[in-house]
Amino acid sequence: MRLFTKAAAAALLVLGLAACAPATDTSPGAASTPASPAPAELSGTLNVFAAASLKGTFTELATQYEQANPKVKVSLSFDGSSTLVTQIKEGAPADVFASADKANMKKLSDAGLVQGTPADFASNVLTLVVPPGNPANIKSFADAAKAGVKLVICAPQVPCGAASQSDAKAAGLTLAPVSEELNVTSVLGKVTSGEADAGLVYVTDAKTAGAKVTAIPLGLDKPTVNLYPIAAVNTSKVPDLAQGFMDLVTGAEGQKVLSDAGFGKP
Amino acid sequence: MRALASPRTSAKPDGGTRAGRGTRRRAWQYTGVPAWIYVVAALGALFILLPLTGMVAQVNWGQFWPLVTSESSVAALGLSLKTAAASTALCIVFGVPLALLLARAQFAGQRILRALILLPLVVPPVVGGLALLYTFGRSGLIGRTLELAGISIAFSTTAVVMAQTFVALPFLVLSLEGSLRTAGQKYEAVAATLGARPGTVLRRVTLPLVLPGLISGAVLSFARSLGEFGATLTFAGSLQGVTRTLPLEIYLQRETDPDAAVALSFLLIAVAVVVVAVTYRAPRSPLRTLLSGPVAERSDAA
Repeated sequence: MRLFTKAAAAALLVLGLAACAPATDTSPGAASTPASPAPAELSGTLNVFAAASLKGTFTELATQYEQANPKVKVSLSFDGSSTLVTQIKEGAPADVFASADKANMKKLSDAGLVQGTPADFASNVLTLVVPPGNPANIKSFADAAKAGVKLVICAPQVPCGAASQSDAKAAGLTLAPVSEELNVTSVLGKVTSGEADAGLVYVTDAKTAGAKVTAIPLGLDKPTVNLYPIAAVNTSKVPDLAQGFMDLVTGAEGQKVLSDAGFGKP
Repeated sequence: MRALASPRTSAKPDGGTRAGRGTRRRAWQYTGVPAWIYVVAALGALFILLPLTGMVAQVNWGQFWPLVTSESSVAALGLSLKTAAASTALCIVFGVPLALLLARAQFAGQRILRALILLPLVVPPVVGGLALLYTFGRSGLIGRTLELAGISIAFSTTAVVMAQTFVALPFLVLSLEGSLRTAGQKYEAVAATLGARPGTVLRRVTLPLVLPGLISGAVLSFARSLGEFGATLTFAGSLQGVTRTLPLEIYLQRETDPDAAVALSFLLIAVAVVVVAVTYRAPRSPLRTLLSGPVAERSDAA
């Protein structure tokens, strides 16, 4: 009901604008239109469903998008990628979906809900993190796999856990974690609280945690790279807004925000 | 409904012709409920039943048995039953004295104590988990000292039991305190005047009298422990056979295998229903006959 009211209000707004467009043609407002080549002014609400690890960057990009398009409101929803896929499949109003791995994007496209081909826009690799003071005196990935070290990783069922397993394999190590958490945020939490001696998280998580952890690179020749794909959901009522946001994310500005946060190139 | 309306009118002099004195008395026991109550109550029951039905409809019955007997499922179920039983025992050990103090004793700060004990009911379990972490965790208030003594709680089954006890204790205390208050102190006073010491009164009079309340409180605690998720996840972690209880396993399976998650959810509900049904029924009939009316009524209310 509220959505309908909003949509109606937006429609009225657009009609109103169209009606007075000729009159405002010569006003200075028309000249100060942002550099982005928008043939028709975008308006409406865009629902972006994004992986939890994108919280910082996508919040910033959403603000940028709203500033460039004053009539657009971006509504963000962050959660584990698989949770978001389930929600979209059950009819949650998503226009754009940004996944932390290709597997979850594939689940959505297998369900016939993806518009076009998903575009990879970022990548992420794992790093070892230890709490301040490094109580277990860990200097390398191999140290973290030693007996008696309280190592916390993600469960193999979630993307960061799958990456942890393949990185361990690449390093020839067998990990004996004291806990396999359900998401990467929990792993980070166990390390920042000092409960764990070491944890495997994404480099972007380590960067976000700042001084609360010390990152120790895994030092692998071929680390597991998690690719982040983005796609429009084909049930979207605002495909032009979705496309505009995806262009921002994959464009120069979006890539700068992402690389500042520690994400790698796709 | 009609029975409700009639006594009022029949109480008036002119209404006395229809209803005799006996029927009037029975009507005054007030067992009637307005019809609309049934409608709203039915909606309320549907609100609980419909989602359960929706979930049962999702169960992939062909795969149900293999899904719930997989190694990880069996480990999770076993751990859940074990830890919930342990935390229920702890709830009884600590909850009974707490309920007795709250219901019977009088001391300064009693109301504050009650509010504090009920706190786990109102704070989100994750907050409870964090509180436990900052207390019993390695760098926590008490955990720091325990660590020096070589005792480490986090990431152990002990941590799971502690998390469950933390969230389940208020259920037992609440239920039992209610029973104690409703039972009153008549019989206790009589026993005391006959020379029974407080310990004897507690053992021979008070506890048998509130046994139904204690049992229903224990069942509620067990059920709450079985469903515990947030505090366990935050405080204990998640490792198969050690800390990964059934709710955690369900959440994890959901990531990759929704069918398994649904099957395990069904299993969890089935276990909870069986436990509640069996324990609720067992003590009732013998006690009803043994004890006076108000006590038996209370076991329903709790």
